[in-house]
Amino acid sequence: VIGLPFDLALAAVEDTEKAIMDFTGGKKPETGKITLTAPEIAENGNTVPVSISVDSAMSGDDMVDSVIIFAEGNPNPQVATFRFSELSGSAEATTRMRLAKTQNVIAVAKMKDGSVFIDKKQVKVTIGGCGG
Amino acid sequence: MANPKPRIKIPKTASAGEVITIKTLISHEMESGQRKDKDGNPIPRQIINKFTCAFNGTTVFECDLDPAISANPYFEFNAKVPESGSFKFTWVDDDGSVYESEQAIEVK
Repeated sequence: VIGLPFDLALAAVEDTEKAIMDFTGGKKPETGKITLTAPEIAENGNTVPVSISVDSAMSGDDMVDSVIIFAEGNPNPQVATFRFSELSGSAEATTRMRLAKTQNVIAVAKMKDGSVFIDKKQVKVTIGGCGG
Repeated sequence: MANPKPRIKIPKTASAGEVITIKTLISHEMESGQRKDKDGNPIPRQIINKFTCAFNGTTVFECDLDPAISANPYFEFNAKVPESGSFKFTWVDDDGSVYESEQAIEVK
């Protein structure tokens, strides 16, 4: 994926925006509630830690339904979808992802009441993780 | 893929209603479908596409994985422990294989 043509890279950003709208049901997500944590610089794009945390009591009406993660500069922007429950205790999760190049990583949370929240971080990648 | 080995880190005991942290890792190449072999032919995708954790039959946490998840998928998440019982972890492979592991926890 080295030397991805510019228009293709732009298409991936548009794909991400469309996928976010699919996830939120057309609602524009607000900032707040969700925190995305990822390193500023990832030396190895093959394994980049990423954490999400949503401010929620995880009981009654104050529940997180799901959180989706996108890497808008990857060949396929979707990374993972987490679904939480009352037994989750808190809406937090960590995993490791591949990043093809320096790009924005985006997390969107959907609450049980239908409200949606977004956070975004740029990760600089030294060695891309989709090589072949 | 031959018997990927799940590794799970979970406390053996908890107090009732405590929120614990669970860490899981499973050995798997997570072939993304983006790579080519040395002759330039694409290598077909084969990943674990779903991970679930349930406690005494009730879902705690689920994840849909895309090819952007790193090899040997790692998850760290929390779970509330209402009573003694067992956590069941399930990984579903693209080829239909299901890898499972179970861990008991005692409420003191």
